[in-house]
Amino acid sequence: MQTMRAILADVPDPEIPAVSIIDLGIVREINEARVVITPTYSGCPATFAIEQMIRAALDAGGFADVAIETTLAPAWSTDWISDEGREKLRAYGIAPPPKGASASALKNAQAAECPRCGSSNTEEISRFGSTPCKALWRCKACAEPFDRFKCH
Amino acid sequence: MDTLATYALRLGDDSLIAGQRLGEWCGHAPALEVDLSLANVALDQIGQATHFLALAGEIEGQGRDADKLAFHRDVMDFTNCLLVEQPNGDFAQTIARLFLFSHYQELVFAALATSKDAHFAAIAAKAVKEVAYHATLASDWVVRLGDGTEESRARMVAGLDWMWRFVDELFVMDEVDTAALAAGVGIDKAALRGAWDQRIDAVLADANLARPAARRPVLGGRVGRHSEHLGHILSEMQFLQRAYPGATW
Repeated sequence: MQTMRAILADVPDPEIPAVSIIDLGIVREINEARVVITPTYSGCPATFAIEQMIRAALDAGGFADVAIETTLAPAWSTDWISDEGREKLRAYGIAPPPKGASASALKNAQAAECPRCGSSNTEEISRFGSTPCKALWRCKACAEPFDRFKCH
Repeated sequence: MDTLATYALRLGDDSLIAGQRLGEWCGHAPALEVDLSLANVALDQIGQATHFLALAGEIEGQGRDADKLAFHRDVMDFTNCLLVEQPNGDFAQTIARLFLFSHYQELVFAALATSKDAHFAAIAAKAVKEVAYHATLASDWVVRLGDGTEESRARMVAGLDWMWRFVDELFVMDEVDTAALAAGVGIDKAALRGAWDQRIDAVLADANLARPAARRPVLGGRVGRHSEHLGHILSEMQFLQRAYPGATW
């Protein structure tokens, strides 16, 4: 039988399926009684979908009696995205957020590294992108637009 | 409702009406990027509203959840500040409202994050990171429009002028606020005015705009005395649950 952690590591984020909910750092506690998750953004529409996917995965793995709970504190931060998760984001075409920069990077956003060509010659097009957690950027070296995971 | 339930309700109503109003831009904004931005801001606000209204319902203990409070109250039961229900007008008028409101919210949530009530503190600590983005977005546009063309500047001036009379209400401390503060749960909104003025003035200076002339403040939102605009928001927002009570997806 798979461990609960291994089961959860196979549950993808519904909006960014390249990373799992473990990679994203939204699973805060795993034990025999419960799984505690925290939303990325207050209004993240994926929160409900994530809960349903976890339920289905736990049920299928034989953990039907494990409860799923949601907590808001401490608030999720992009610092909780694992190193592996960051690499998966990059490979998927999303520039990961710099680590340890969740607060300071808000006002003076450092240039993002283009996930396609690696250039730092990039510019922000829009601070809000296709989902609450992403901003829209453009690479001036390879001319490709790309998503950047917002520091949070 | 007891004091703390009302306190949570007010915070929730502010975010809910702000988000519902801003959501009217979805599909209508002047550019795709702006459309995405405004819809995302509205989504954050409605998410915050969900948390605060759920908390209000829990404290009240009458079995009302966030949806019940959002969709099954009449206009005079809403406790939002008058600023957030003001019409979108043109893009500059909408930006003026978001600018004044998001800077206020950022200060409110930063202070509320240290509330001794863990529920209020948790929602605020999460929300403050989101509204920091809203405030930056709105400030950028105030500068761009205010320091832009003659046309954009005139519109930004008119937008700020429309919204300005609803600013004072944000910082009023009535008996609910005072009691929540005394209980160690609420915050001193009046004490935030100086910091808010500084932030607003700094952006206006960047935008080469003068602070609008002081106007007689319009008050009453916290006790349900609203402008005619709120009823129209509710008629759209509540239509489905009023026509088909309890309908689900």
